[in-house]
Amino acid sequence: MIPELGNFLLIMAFINAIFLGVLSFVGAHYEHQGLMRFTKRSAISIFLLILASFICLTVSFINNDFSVAYVANHSNSQLPIYYRISAVWGAHEGSLLLWVLILAGWMAAVAVFSKALPKPLVSRVLGVMGFIAVGFIAFTLFTSNPFERVLPFIPIDGADLNPLLQDFGLIVHPPMLYMGYVGFAVVFAFAIAGLLEGELDNQWARWSRPWTTVAWIFLSLGIALGSWWAYYELGWGGWWFWDPVENASFMPWLAGTALIHSLAATEKRGVFKSWTVLLAILTFSLSLLGTFLVRSGVLTSVHSFANDPVRGRFILVFLGIVVGASLLIFAIQSSKIRSKSNFGIFSREAALLFNNALLAVVTFMVLLGTLHPLIQEAFTGGKSSVGPPYFNLMFSIFMIPILILMPIGQQINWKQEPIKPLLTKYWIWALGSILLGFAIVMMMGEVAPMAFVGTALGLWVAAGCAKYILGQTSKSDSFSSGLKKISLSYWGMIVAHLGVAITVLGVVLTSYYSVEKNIKIHQGETVQVEDLNVEFYDFNNLEGPNYISSAGSFRIYMDGKLLADLHPEKRKYHASSMVMTEADINAGLFRDIYVVMGEPLDDGAWAVSVHYKAFVRWIWLGALVMALGGLLAVSDKRYRQRKRERKNAKKNGADKNTANSDSLGADSE
Amino acid sequence: MKTHRRNKLIAIIGGLVLISGAVALILYALSSNINHFYPPTEVSQGKAPMDRTIRVGGLVAYNSVKRADDGLEVAFTVTDNQNTLEVRYEGILPDLFKEGQGVIAEGKLVSKTEFKATKVLAKHDEKYMPPEVEQSLEKYGHPVQSKSTEY
Repeated sequence: MIPELGNFLLIMAFINAIFLGVLSFVGAHYEHQGLMRFTKRSAISIFLLILASFICLTVSFINNDFSVAYVANHSNSQLPIYYRISAVWGAHEGSLLLWVLILAGWMAAVAVFSKALPKPLVSRVLGVMGFIAVGFIAFTLFTSNPFERVLPFIPIDGADLNPLLQDFGLIVHPPMLYMGYVGFAVVFAFAIAGLLEGELDNQWARWSRPWTTVAWIFLSLGIALGSWWAYYELGWGGWWFWDPVENASFMPWLAGTALIHSLAATEKRGVFKSWTVLLAILTFSLSLLGTFLVRSGVLTSVHSFANDPVRGRFILVFLGIVVGASLLIFAIQSSKIRSKSNFGIFSREAALLFNNALLAVVTFMVLLGTLHPLIQEAFTGGKSSVGPPYFNLMFSIFMIPILILMPIGQQINWKQEPIKPLLTKYWIWALGSILLGFAIVMMMGEVAPMAFVGTALGLWVAAGCAKYILGQTSKSDSFSSGLKKISLSYWGMIVAHLGVAITVLGVVLTSYYSVEKNIKIHQGETVQVEDLNVEFYDFNNLEGPNYISSAGSFRIYMDGKLLADLHPEKRKYHASSMVMTEADINAGLFRDIYVVMGEPLDDGAWAVSVHYKAFVRWIWLGALVMALGGLLAVSDKRYRQRKRERKNAKKNGADKNTANSDSLGADSE
Repeated sequence: MKTHRRNKLIAIIGGLVLISGAVALILYALSSNINHFYPPTEVSQGKAPMDRTIRVGGLVAYNSVKRADDGLEVAFTVTDNQNTLEVRYEGILPDLFKEGQGVIAEGKLVSKTEFKATKVLAKHDEKYMPPEVEQSLEKYGHPVQSKSTEY
């Protein structure tokens, strides 16, 4: 009964979404109060229906209802309860239901949190999201229904969840990533609604900004979690492979980062309006493209799961409709958008423009590298892939100017600022970064030119953040009163940029100063790996809840001092008879020690992989700091104050120009 | 106003020059980093280049995996059910590497029958067959029956 109920609720949500998609535009056009009220309620009810449907699927998993095909294929009675719950989104059908649930969640959030916005605009925004929901619920219902039964031959037990996915990482990574992906639907909907109304003023940018930032926070965390999960779970000690599936999540992130910056310029100065709107469309399109790449399996990926081309085609068609329709609307309506453009070459607008141009080029670079195998195949029929050297080289080349300009861009004034006095304030900091960078690289070992450049740039960005804070506080009576004067949105910027610096340092130092060696080792033996002594002191066969495992015990010494005692395992899962390595990691702020059991060799020895990972934690730490920056930025009180001000302004009948005249905190100097 | 316009023009032209330079650079780097895929039959026909990184793939032949006694070097045979290619690799093979299963290796050819791999690709899912391998099997060998147990 429960699966049928879930299916029924999903169909109800589908019908509701069709009504929402159509009636919202009618309501907005005629400014019909009742219809616009219906729009909001409809959005919330769609969310509740899908949530209930999602709970039905979860209950089927918890009850081990193997008459449901999806449950039978991806769960097992021996599976612990928390993995039975996370198995709901462990494969295609369920993860799609999660996608739809999150989309509906964002819709409900828009309906609830936009009381201060003009009602027709909210209606249109919800209408656009309603259309997206129609597409994706249809996709779920007609090509990948998770509630389908296997009757009459009900399997006695399930086929088990892929052991790789039986992990904490899987519980949190997909929901985070989807929150980000799907979250960009909100700013996309704002862009389309704004285009339809033909009115894209600073207000529009102000309303879109917090939604974009929140989605970006989730996407940043989702990508970092995915990277961390791959690092400890795949057992090769890598944290980024430039794999199509990874690029699929990275492209919306890059475009979203550009969007955050161009929205800032649009809100504060009324510039780049058309570009911002286009970027909003592109960002969500890249999210859809990512879903297509992951779900269709057209590209060979290390993260590939069994997939089905029919499903891929559906998303591709949907992607075509969304991109085609939105670009058409853009083409028709964009002439109505008026941007101001009086700013000098040395101004914050120009710096943001540069940031956007570079980020757009990087996005294009990743897109081209990711899609090239498809293009090539279409023309020549041959299969190919693009290697990581392409991405590494190109990404470094384009990141260098971004990082060089970041500290200056965050400091420079709007409109125009003489560049020379600004630069003279910076040369000491630049020199300091270069010297300290050189010292760090010397300390770490061999001085590689690119390692030096990267380290110095990371320090330079961090120095820029310090300089900014010092600059702001020096004008105040005391340091602490100066700190208080910096508004939260500026704190957000500084912290996010500091996060970039931390990630850059982590990436550079890990890439250049890590040691990775595969050794052959007998029990009782000690093998030297560079400065480390690896002792294989014990070996046991263990039994887990749904697997058996061969577990080795290793002591790692450096200069006679015990650094770590590690117990990596090689597991064999009963249900799927899949073999899995479980790396054991001794994590530290400045280095990880990472040991993986390879394979048993003929003479009783084991192949073991030992890694020394310098500064690898900084990569994810930086992402956390970036997300924190985003959080600070959306907590800025002006997003809430605006509501009150707008209400007052409306009473006075003059709300049009309030946004243009405002200036906040630090940028009023 | 005139200088304003001129500045704008300079900015636009400068931007275009920079962006087209970037695109040219991207395309150049891309062209030298493409790894083509060749099944064993095409390798034996001499269609694969010797001096650049390529990908090869097929099924791992039964009883072909051999380890060196004193190290981590491993050799196995990749087949598309028509021709075979000997692959050598030093290191630890991925978990889902199994005789009779599909595999993709990245590296360089030593000769028409021998390949030195720097990377052997792993899969998350044992039912999964890389599309390259599936196609080449259909083309040169006998297509594999899908072992998947979808209901």
